Amino acid sequence: MNGPVDVARPFRGRVFRYGDHVNTDVIFPGRYTYTKSRPEEVAPHALEDLDPTFAERVRPGDVIVAGWNWGCGSSREQAAVCLRYAGVGAVVARSFGRIFYRNALNNGLLAIVCPEAVDALEEGGEVEVDLEASAIRRGEAVFAFSPFSPAVRSMIAAGGLIEQTKRRLAAE
Amino acid sequence: MTEHGRPADTAARTFAQKALARAAGEEAAAVGQIVDARPGIVLSHDNTAPIAEIWRQFGQERVSIPERMAVTLDHAVPAPTVRHARNHAEVRAFVAEQGVAHFFEVGRGICHQVLSEEAVVLPGDLILGSDSHTPHFGWLGAFGAGVGRSEMAVIWATGELWLRVPESIRIRLEGALGEWVTTKDVALTLIGDLGADGALYRSVEFAGPGIGGLSLDSRAALVNMMAEMGAKNAYMPPDDDVFRYLAERLLTRPGRRAGRGAEAGEAAAEVAARLEEGALYPDPGAGYAAEHRLDLSRVEPRVARPHQVDDTVGVGELESVRVDQAFIGTCTNGRIEDLGAVHRVMAGRRTAPGTRMVIVPASSEVWSEALSRGWVADLAAAGAVFGTPGCGPCMGNHLGVLAPGEVCISSANRNFQGRMGDRGSEVYLASPAVVAASAVAGRIVHPREVTE
Ligand code: SF4
Repeated sequence: MNGPVDVARPFRGRVFRYGDHVNTDVIFPGRYTYTKSRPEEVAPHALEDLDPTFAERVRPGDVIVAGWNWGCGSSREQAAVCLRYAGVGAVVARSFGRIFYRNALNNGLLAIVCPEAVDALEEGGEVEVDLEASAIRRGEAVFAFSPFSPAVRSMIAAGGLIEQTKRRLAAE
Repeated sequence: MTEHGRPADTAARTFAQKALARAAGEEAAAVGQIVDARPGIVLSHDNTAPIAEIWRQFGQERVSIPERMAVTLDHAVPAPTVRHARNHAEVRAFVAEQGVAHFFEVGRGICHQVLSEEAVVLPGDLILGSDSHTPHFGWLGAFGAGVGRSEMAVIWATGELWLRVPESIRIRLEGALGEWVTTKDVALTLIGDLGADGALYRSVEFAGPGIGGLSLDSRAALVNMMAEMGAKNAYMPPDDDVFRYLAERLLTRPGRRAGRGAEAGEAAAEVAARLEEGALYPDPGAGYAAEHRLDLSRVEPRVARPHQVDDTVGVGELESVRVDQAFIGTCTNGRIEDLGAVHRVMAGRRTAPGTRMVIVPASSEVWSEALSRGWVADLAAAGAVFGTPGCGPCMGNHLGVLAPGEVCISSANRNFQGRMGDRGSEVYLASPAVVAASAVAGRIVHPREVTE
């Protein structure tokens, strides 16, 4: 297992491309959801029912590029956690299932809506993702995405929703 | 269906705007505004133990909102493995330690059905659940939305969560359903037409004269399925039938909700009147991102093919599809009306050779009712096997998982690859009547074909 990449700073990786409506059941199968929760338990099952070789091939900083409605379906948070701990830095899609979207950002996995990048990026290509600059780069080409709010960026910098809430409660 | 825009009256509000403003203690909330909402009820199920593990990282001794927490054991019940049993044991220990107000044991049923039957969620409430079908509670006129485990842990700790007020779409229902047609077919028609992301991030608000003619069970089925269209929440305007349903239940559960439950000696009509006062309705002229109209009398039985809920066809287009397993149950179609449809099709007939029928009632109340009506005996004689009230094989945990290459026709809400077992198995979604008819025929057929 790879472990998470620091997404608060620019990172590089290769592109894995998938299609539309990829649901959380194939990202993290339901048969494990009540028995596996910890990052090290869930990461080896990332995308198991969609691409059984993904978990072996993925390396830290790699980027998933997908179509419409990535992460639709179940609320299971392991779908975000398994990708992040398998090493995925960002999912770039045309749109996201809303619970996956929140789960991803809350766990420090970048969920980026950027149709131009989805159109352009090819399987296996090298990309750089820069959160501060709100940009995805491939060689000379730059794909801009709408900036995340300062609150979301500070949550990501803090290490996610749980770390941020720990600090908030400690400060009260 | 038609779609048209019209200029919005800026003072007029959608249901979503009103419900989230109320939950946040604000006068009003604009679409797109982010509010700090305080849910009236939060729901978790078998996932309560992993959420508790996250919550413990906050170092709190007590959760901040035990009186607003509801926990059911429903997803893999009774425990099929030692790991599931340990998970359940952890949930019970947590519930006892924290004094969780509403706890429902193994066998009581599926969270969405049970919290409806128990009148834990009332019209106008905000309920957040660590379950993607929490929009279900819209059938009662509540705002229900799903959240992840970390967010649920944060709500336990702080009592609130930020939410963005979504755009709404309005779906106007007219006419009445024809014979053998159900709201499952309505849901599959809508999802087939609008797509699995047709309501992505939106509040789906039903309206129109067609609603009054729908039974409560079938309203719940339709609202429940809007999760499959990507909706944040879904809503039906609650009417007297809903208020009476809840009032009767509150009267048998005195003191359920401070100030909002029933008092001793109170009449159902008084309780119903109070529920009506708490209900929320969209204003005429509120702004919708899209408006659709559906004539219920034109809906036909529909089936979603593997592996996408929006890949729907008329049942007649599928008649060569052989079925290994037929499954009746889930928060979508495991209620008494659904078992009634199955009984109507199957009583006095038998499952086809090579086809098995699994029925899992959505709750213990449904189960008892089916028993007392004599349906269970008839269906057992027809070859059906029954599971403990709960989610059953819906998500491939236990009780009827599929082998590679097997085909299931199911009354559930999702047919994703691998959902009910091996990734090489296939799931078709249909109404209970179509599922039952297919069990009898051994292939996917219209109920007419086995009953006439
Ligand atoms: S019945 Fe199925 S969809 Fe409904 S809550 Fe249970 S697992 Fe989820």
